[in-house]
Amino acid sequence: MATNKTTILNLPEEELVHPGNRACAGCGLSIVYRTGLKALGRETILVVPPSCLTVLQGLYPIAATQLPCLNVTFASTAAAATGVLGALRARGKTDVQVAAWAGDGGTSDIGIQALSGACERGEDFIFICYDNEAYMNTGVQRSGTTPQHVLTTTTPITGKHQQKKDMPAIMAAHGIDYVATASAAYPLDLYDKIIKAKTISGPKYIHVHTPCPAGWGFSARYTVKIGQLAVETGLFDLYEQENGNFRLTGASQKLLGKKRKPVDEYFATQTRFKGLDTEKTRAIQEEVDQKWAAHEKAAAGIC
Amino acid sequence: MHIIESGNVAAASGVQLSGAQVIAAYPITPQTPLTEKLSELVDAGELNAQYIPVESEHSAMSVCIAASSAGTRAFTATSANGLLYMNEQLHWAAGARLPIVMCVVNRGIGAPWTVWNDHQDAMSQRDTGWIQLFCCDHQQIIDTVIQAFRLAETVRIPVMVCYDGYILSHTYMPFDIPESAAAGRFLPEFAPDWALDPACPANLNTVTLPDIRPNVRGETAPGYMEIRQNLHDDMRRAIDVVADTDAEFAQVFGRGGNPFIEPYRCEDAEYVAVAMGSLSYQLRDVIDVLRQEGLAIGVAGLRLYRPFPNRAVAEALSGKKGVIVFEKAVSYGYEGPLYADIKAALYDCAQRPAVHNYILGLGGREIKTDDLFDSLRTSCGADAPEAREPAFVGLKI
Ligand SMILES: Cc1ncc(C[n+]2csc(CCOP(=O)(O)OP(=O)(O)O)c2C)c(N)n1
Ligand code: SF4
Ligand SMILES: [Mg+2]
Repeated sequence: MATNKTTILNLPEEELVHPGNRACAGCGLSIVYRTGLKALGRETILVVPPSCLTVLQGLYPIAATQLPCLNVTFASTAAAATGVLGALRARGKTDVQVAAWAGDGGTSDIGIQALSGACERGEDFIFICYDNEAYMNTGVQRSGTTPQHVLTTTTPITGKHQQKKDMPAIMAAHGIDYVATASAAYPLDLYDKIIKAKTISGPKYIHVHTPCPAGWGFSARYTVKIGQLAVETGLFDLYEQENGNFRLTGASQKLLGKKRKPVDEYFATQTRFKGLDTEKTRAIQEEVDQKWAAHEKAAAGIC
Repeated sequence: MHIIESGNVAAASGVQLSGAQVIAAYPITPQTPLTEKLSELVDAGELNAQYIPVESEHSAMSVCIAASSAGTRAFTATSANGLLYMNEQLHWAAGARLPIVMCVVNRGIGAPWTVWNDHQDAMSQRDTGWIQLFCCDHQQIIDTVIQAFRLAETVRIPVMVCYDGYILSHTYMPFDIPESAAAGRFLPEFAPDWALDPACPANLNTVTLPDIRPNVRGETAPGYMEIRQNLHDDMRRAIDVVADTDAEFAQVFGRGGNPFIEPYRCEDAEYVAVAMGSLSYQLRDVIDVLRQEGLAIGVAGLRLYRPFPNRAVAEALSGKKGVIVFEKAVSYGYEGPLYADIKAALYDCAQRPAVHNYILGLGGREIKTDDLFDSLRTSCGADAPEAREPAFVGLKI
């Protein structure tokens, strides 16, 4: 596998996202989108619901991308991707990929019904969820994937009480052939996962952890560092689940058998975690340790 | 070929003859048999379309929106709550100028639940930017579906073909299925002038500012408001296109001739009853009897509700002594929506008729012939009241 890995040297040079788009400085989504479109290539039709990505893509009549893109309503992303696929089949076009890009809200909350339906029907598309862990476009409100205790504008004082929804696991439960996670801090890993997804037919789901300086409360220059910390602390794991087989990948795989950084190192970098105290942090550390003990066992082949 | 079949099958046959390429639908009474028939036609290889069994009506319209944006002829059908569930998508389809065709098999709306016929579903979606046509019998259903695709594709505005749940959808009547070659001549293959295509990338339905804005070549692009006015203007122009489409259909198939209003014994009438859908045919028998009694009365079936053919309405009704609007919908807190529109259309007439409003048949309440007689006799007599409030007809408590 290692030999197939893309490096910065053989990443395509052609940019499909224009510079000077409308994302905030230091936006993790800019990295994810720029890399993702390189992997998808020009023979792609995009489908995008309202989100920060709508804004990044520009205001009529100017667009920040060079691919055809259908902007759709918030709940309809996966159904719209289905419609594009239906039209392509009807027109006998077999060489065009359909890629849906949605935020965590558009994926795991309002868009989950259409996404679940499309996966159950086995639609041949790639669905990429960039998870910035809140509704950023509307000003940082909680979403289903906002982690516990995080301060948002709708959990402003005591933080979010509930757990983060495990969206990739929900997708895997649909029995689709390819589910992967990725991070804006590891764009080449994301690139390779999209390239692989393109070779698989049926629904493919990639969940991308996407640091957001504006919504998480950190300086724009730490986007990559914070994304890396989420992985190095074991909070967000990079993995692939191919035909039901789970395996850690990239930086997460390298953590197997090693000591991980403590979770509070990650929490300390962002103002959204200001509501955490030592007890809550210890509880999260314990959960992460338990999760990783299971990873270690699985990697050693012990079930 | 003449057959005896249900209204839903008439609609399915129209879709088949129209060569819809992508069909997405979700079952709801009384539309369900139409959805089943279409999936059967596709499964049997008798209709070469992509049939997509979506998980909701919101998704059904999403699929149509995307399939149409990607350059194919798209169709769906629904009723009542299914139509309401699409509401956001209806605006989106019209705003994006997509020539989607949808059958609305009219049914009342919950709460409380009802599965029976009225027009509240379609009337509540009046301002979504869709063209709305109403059918009176099975022949009109199949003919209107075929016309709807051509109309939609000519003006790039989506079209609803409305017909009464159960009364038309589930009853059996004889109708003619046009020859497929003739249908093909009337409705050539969909040839959109733009579509989603990697060879010619475009970003569709992006955020649009209140003001106009130059593109990268320095040319001025419209702002949101210009785009809206454009839709409205094209909607108004669509009135003529409805007439042209009907005329050309009549040339090929020998049926039609009443694109806006289907009059029955109206020429010398002093009074005219107005209704949409099957009710206008039901009224004909009543009018025949009243004629025998010496009352100069006719009935006008309104076929096109949006865009509203106000000039044709004014022409047909001005100078009459009285107009009696029967409708299966209410604009809560005001009056029947059709009544309000008819009155507005008559405002500029030199001789404004008295206009009365009867609300009936809600949630499938039986429309008794006696009730129609009573209403018409009340409104057409020498001492007809100056009724300005709508009267509910057929109440039992
Ligand atoms: C039906 C509907 N409800 C609400 C909105 C308002 N809205 C637009 S974007 C958005 C949040 C998007 O959150 P997410 O999907 O996580 O993307 P992000 O903005 O974080 O990138 C909301 C609530 C909408 N456009 N449509
Ligand atoms: S709010 Fe966050 S996700 Fe949205 S553009 Fe700004 S940095 Fe990116
Ligand atoms: Mg988000």
